[in-house]
Amino acid sequence: MINKLVASATAALEGIGDGATIMIGGFGTAGQPNELIDALIDTGARDLVIVNNNAGNGDAGLAALLAAKRVRKIICSFPRQADSHQFDALYRAGDIELELVPQGNLAERIRAAGAGIGGFFTPTGYGTELAKGKETREIDGRLYVLESPIHADFALIKAERGDRWGNLTYRMTARNFGPIMAMAARTTVATVHEVAELGSIDPETVVTPGLFVQRLVLIERTATSAGGFKQAA
Amino acid sequence: MTASTLAPTYTRWSRDQTAARVADDIPDGAVVNLGIGLPTAVANHLDGDKEIVLHSENGVIGMGPAPAEGEEDFDLINAGKQPVTLLPGGCFFHHADSFAMMRGGHLDVCVLGAFQVSSTGDLANWHTGAPDAIPAVGGAMDLAIGAKKTYVMMDYLTKQGQAKLVPACTYPLTGIGCVSRLYTDLAVIDLDATGATVIDLAPGLTLGALQALTPGVTLRQA
Repeated sequence: MINKLVASATAALEGIGDGATIMIGGFGTAGQPNELIDALIDTGARDLVIVNNNAGNGDAGLAALLAAKRVRKIICSFPRQADSHQFDALYRAGDIELELVPQGNLAERIRAAGAGIGGFFTPTGYGTELAKGKETREIDGRLYVLESPIHADFALIKAERGDRWGNLTYRMTARNFGPIMAMAARTTVATVHEVAELGSIDPETVVTPGLFVQRLVLIERTATSAGGFKQAA
Repeated sequence: MTASTLAPTYTRWSRDQTAARVADDIPDGAVVNLGIGLPTAVANHLDGDKEIVLHSENGVIGMGPAPAEGEEDFDLINAGKQPVTLLPGGCFFHHADSFAMMRGGHLDVCVLGAFQVSSTGDLANWHTGAPDAIPAVGGAMDLAIGAKKTYVMMDYLTKQGQAKLVPACTYPLTGIGCVSRLYTDLAVIDLDATGATVIDLAPGLTLGALQALTPGVTLRQA
């Protein structure tokens, strides 16, 4: 029998060690699995390489992991935001390495890893600082840059409903990086707000097929907080 | 020269007027991405008689206006991470699909802000290159090269009075030869590999006066 449901966020992170590469879902606060990040802080793992679109908002979730100085390097597209003070301080002090990747290249590099692609030529970034030193090629008159896949040891993502096989649905724009990160990691841990009976999720609406998910954790729903922009006082 | 001899004899278009002009040029049925900053205002001027579909790169198409106060749901946000709504027919998708829409040429129009644009359509809008600045690129490079048409909306001059339409960008590039039209407070200008063609001037502004503000770039009259 297959049952990917584990008892707690802590149990779901078994096997994460120092130096691990960890993808964390989310675009700002939407889709960011705060409960898994809190459990990751509790493991004490350090020298982590984190893959996320941003670099933390406010002081919770990814920002708390950064503040705990567990991250050696972050691979992301948009670190600087109105509320990225935790990252900003580490970066200015030289305490974190940043690999800045155009957002679509970040998404495609993650997808490529999950799809078994060894690299791909993209027009995005050609001729810019972010393509410096990379192989280029002209294909049918257009200029492209060679980009490589990003693999991870773990992906920590936030979904909406799941079943014991790991089939997942998501909620609105909280979907963002979840489905592709689930494909790109050796071990994918997904939080859900509801565990459905096997067969009760309409198969036409499953977004992430269960084979991409290794562990599932049930988390009580809390409203997603605002983040990533300047809010009126 | 005294300040009075420099006083302009023309009337600048307001940002709202510029946004309305961009909106007028977007055809019925177009799929459009409006970048963060000035371009966001274009949404306020879209003609209700036209059905225009707004895409946001974080994974939504068919985006509606901001929700009423108290109705915000931060699982439904735009690329600026502000709460939005979904119109009937709209849907959600993951990031790789969202950027495939862009890179694959499936968007009709993208409207972006800019620090500088060159006369052949190079764009610089992601980084000033200042040594103390923390770089952040987001979707800027994908947006610049992906849509069928990339428009830029910006003030023509910097606060220091220098033209942002330049012979070659001095800020780090976002994309090469990607901007097809420039909407500014002083003029609307088409750009291609052969250079800049002015298609509209603010009231009272002459091509000669605009040319005088734009060293190093040859402005042609349409």
